[in-house]
Amino acid sequence: MNINAKTQIQEFRSVGTRPVRQDGVDKVTGRARYGADYNMPGQLVGLVLRSPHAHARIKSIDTSAAEALKGVKAVITAADLPDHADGDEGLLEILDNCMARTKARYDGHAVAAVAAIDEATARKALGLIRVDYEVLPHVTDVDEALKSTANVVHEHATSRVDPEQNVPLNVHATEEFGHGDIEAGFAKSDLIVERSFKAEQSHQGYIEPHACVASVNADGTGDLWVTTQGHFSYRIVCAQLLGMDVSKLRVTSSEIGGGFGGKTHVWAEPVALALSRKAGRPVKLTMSREEVFRSTGPTSPASIDVKIGVSNEGVITSAYAHLRYGCGPYSGVWGMLGAMTAFACYDIENVKTIGIDVRINRPKTAAYRAPSAPVAAFAVESVLDEIAQKLDMDPLELRFRNAVKNGSRSSYGPTFGTIGLVEVLEAVKSHPQLNVPLAANQGRGIACGYWFNIGGQTCTTLNIGVDGTATLTIGTVDVGGSRSSMSLVAAEELGIDYDKVKTVIGDTATLGHNDTTEGSRGTFSSSMATINAVKQAIGVLRERAAKMWEIPVDDVVWEKGCARAVGEEHGNLPTLSLAEIAKEAPNTGGPIAGHSEIVAEGVGVSFGAHICDVEVDPETGATKILRYLVVQDAGRAIHPAYVEGQYQGGAVQGIGWALNEEYVYGADGRLQNAGFLDYRIPVCSDLPMIDTVIVEVPNPGHPYGVRGVGETPIVPPLAAVANAISRATGVRMTHVPMSPPRVLAALENAKVT
Amino acid sequence: MNGIAVSTAINGDDIEFLCRPEETLLTVLRDRLGLMGAKEGCGTGDCGACSVRVDGRLVCSCLVLGAEVQGQVVETIEGMASGDSLHPLQEKFLEHAALQCGICTPGFLMAAKDLLERNPDPSEEEIRFGLAGNLCRCTGYDKIVRAVQDAAQVMRGDAA
Amino acid sequence: MVDVNVWGSLSTCTDNQKVIQIEATTIRGLLRELVEKYPGAAPWVKRGISVSIDGEIIRDDWSKTLPDDAEIYLIPRMTSG
Ligand code: FES
Ligand code: FES
Repeated sequence: MNINAKTQIQEFRSVGTRPVRQDGVDKVTGRARYGADYNMPGQLVGLVLRSPHAHARIKSIDTSAAEALKGVKAVITAADLPDHADGDEGLLEILDNCMARTKARYDGHAVAAVAAIDEATARKALGLIRVDYEVLPHVTDVDEALKSTANVVHEHATSRVDPEQNVPLNVHATEEFGHGDIEAGFAKSDLIVERSFKAEQSHQGYIEPHACVASVNADGTGDLWVTTQGHFSYRIVCAQLLGMDVSKLRVTSSEIGGGFGGKTHVWAEPVALALSRKAGRPVKLTMSREEVFRSTGPTSPASIDVKIGVSNEGVITSAYAHLRYGCGPYSGVWGMLGAMTAFACYDIENVKTIGIDVRINRPKTAAYRAPSAPVAAFAVESVLDEIAQKLDMDPLELRFRNAVKNGSRSSYGPTFGTIGLVEVLEAVKSHPQLNVPLAANQGRGIACGYWFNIGGQTCTTLNIGVDGTATLTIGTVDVGGSRSSMSLVAAEELGIDYDKVKTVIGDTATLGHNDTTEGSRGTFSSSMATINAVKQAIGVLRERAAKMWEIPVDDVVWEKGCARAVGEEHGNLPTLSLAEIAKEAPNTGGPIAGHSEIVAEGVGVSFGAHICDVEVDPETGATKILRYLVVQDAGRAIHPAYVEGQYQGGAVQGIGWALNEEYVYGADGRLQNAGFLDYRIPVCSDLPMIDTVIVEVPNPGHPYGVRGVGETPIVPPLAAVANAISRATGVRMTHVPMSPPRVLAALENAKVT
Repeated sequence: MNGIAVSTAINGDDIEFLCRPEETLLTVLRDRLGLMGAKEGCGTGDCGACSVRVDGRLVCSCLVLGAEVQGQVVETIEGMASGDSLHPLQEKFLEHAALQCGICTPGFLMAAKDLLERNPDPSEEEIRFGLAGNLCRCTGYDKIVRAVQDAAQVMRGDAA
Repeated sequence: MVDVNVWGSLSTCTDNQKVIQIEATTIRGLLRELVEKYPGAAPWVKRGISVSIDGEIIRDDWSKTLPDDAEIYLIPRMTSG
């Protein structure tokens, strides 16, 4: 472990320590309950019938044979999910994705569902449903979809923005950012490098499939147990889609077995609720791994052109990127995010980015950890690496010469405040990995990455127990240890020990709305709300102490977990501990609690830089990662072990994408590799230890200086690995994943030309 | 239904159950016996989240039929701790923060226990290959490998 | 009156001006005036706009005041993984 703190502005007692997590014992003993580990009395098994076609009109669905099967309690189609969207296009898209209404728009699109007394019966019933399809032409490739001859994916393909007035129908949206005059900038450049890149589609690959248990009662109330990153958002969307009152649906988030963005959207939950409503019994719906791959989550495939001009001194004079992201059959924000993040690490006088969302017959894309940024960084950082080679300049030095600092204007507009990219690069520079010599067929790649981080609506409650311990209830789902981080924050603020605070995730009935845990917001915003809630509780505790002492509350201060009377006349009063005050609570005004309902603003952006050493086998094209280093600004690491875990996990997801992971579609528009055997995520033996350095440049927008840390780690790896392979082989890699056949082909190609 | 009657020993207790011929051990454990520590990540033998031991052999319980464990000894994550004292591997996983979401953890613990019982002093490479049948999407494996190394040392009784 | 910088694609609704003048003291007022002056911006506001005030990006809190001489940028409202 290595923490490189730039400025130690605060002294902490709990924050920054590494205690054992509070949900840990349950998780190592098999007692923790995930989405599929819950049952309700009288529960049925739900299964979904999915389209085998990439694009087809649904002419009719005959469910009569399935309904007649003994043990089948409900069969539903889109007709059982009437349109309550009230003209809200976004909501209608979600509904259409949950259950195809008129057309199946991708291989795996749900068309019907059944609930039966057991899985065997439900499976048999699925086989009895007759769907009459009219197969339509499809398109699954981003660049193909942009051609004027391409098949139209969605009939409502309205494009809000149309700068050239001739946008093809499959363009969902175009976004543009930048400043200055790029043409003038290129005219001034001493060197210009221009290249095109392609990134295949990857999946978040969480190990836990989507699972839920839904129960809708005849009186219009309901319960949903579900694995999700945001149970409050699930509640709103499900209630709206089913025409229920939001407050009558209680959603409880189970332990979540990974999400990474893939569990921010509803998929089968509205279907499970509709089945339960129709059957009049609870329904458990669990996806198979094949369904997870075919029907949920993937990130966008992308195609990107980058052009960068520099002076001989290595200063970027002009930069341009055109980024095209596939968004599935509906709408997306991926082009926008790619266009905003592409050049965010660099201070550039003339810059322009255009991001496009392209509709294709693939599953509706979901966010995947810093969505869009990894492939944008792949393209931009690769071109920078090539520029460094051409200028014969150290690639790290090239980054130093262009890195954004406090006061730099970002490529997407606003001026940066306190940021830590230069500190990150300094930490890289002094790291010993840079001095390890490389042998033949080995290469070292560097790349930087950026993510915004977000705040949002957040709500917490702190209750003081009769013995002076505290329960903290938060509403942001714990995707990787945040309950422990929140206990650390509450303990810090209250001045008591970590093990005297227990943090739990409240269901939707116990707290006000909390936005989904996404965009690295969980720790950032819940810690802010926790600090507020504790401060409020301390106010109450001081009042109670004042009552016990019969002195004015202004004469009571809170210190180290105790109330202390200040002022001459109270000088001899011994302090009152939290436990002593709690014990007296019945006689001083009742239960003691603190609440906080906020919109967390003041997010701190996070920069990182990765160094990757590889060895490439020229015979097979296989790449071995020899060493890997992640350096990133955390602002303040509340629980450093879990910050390191985020760095390592994100980096390895990026390495998997860089080397192996890709959706393979056949000419028939069907996904060819919907399983972990053929969609290969990294295993233990593929990897070395992942070294980390936590840089701490506190975020002035947070009381402890916290920045979000979960997203940025996946941004640099594609580029870091590509640059390492390019340097090891002498051939520039422009297509991820760089699987052995693709690397081999690139090497062969280079020999020919 | 043609239920098959099966007698087995699970975590030291004699257990009898009825199952269908096609039912997997994983389904039996989770749905019939309430032992939900083994997880289904794939159902096809690719993720290791369902790892248990049958007669001392590490298996993916999604690939074993329930009826196959007749007369055999089954060990699951629920039997790993003794009473209220955790197994050294469980302790070290917690200490090293070797889990994030934790869905893979029961499988990793079973696989690691099996590995260390066969090879009490594995090299890093042996650990990495020994655990290559278990997928973890959250941690990047670094802290898992360290936890296993540390637990191996404790189990051998070496001075830390 | 504050100077408001708009990002590339939103400027298609503001007569291609990258900087516009808006009479407002809060984010709420800014967004209201924006739509009043440039009705084409309405769908953008509906989908979500964040406001950067001197580099601090405000996503949700529309009561934030706009200090005189502040650097103000509009950017799309962020969601993510
Ligand atoms: S569930 Fe058995 S190996 Fe994945
Ligand atoms: S901790 Fe989440 S899959 Fe391993």
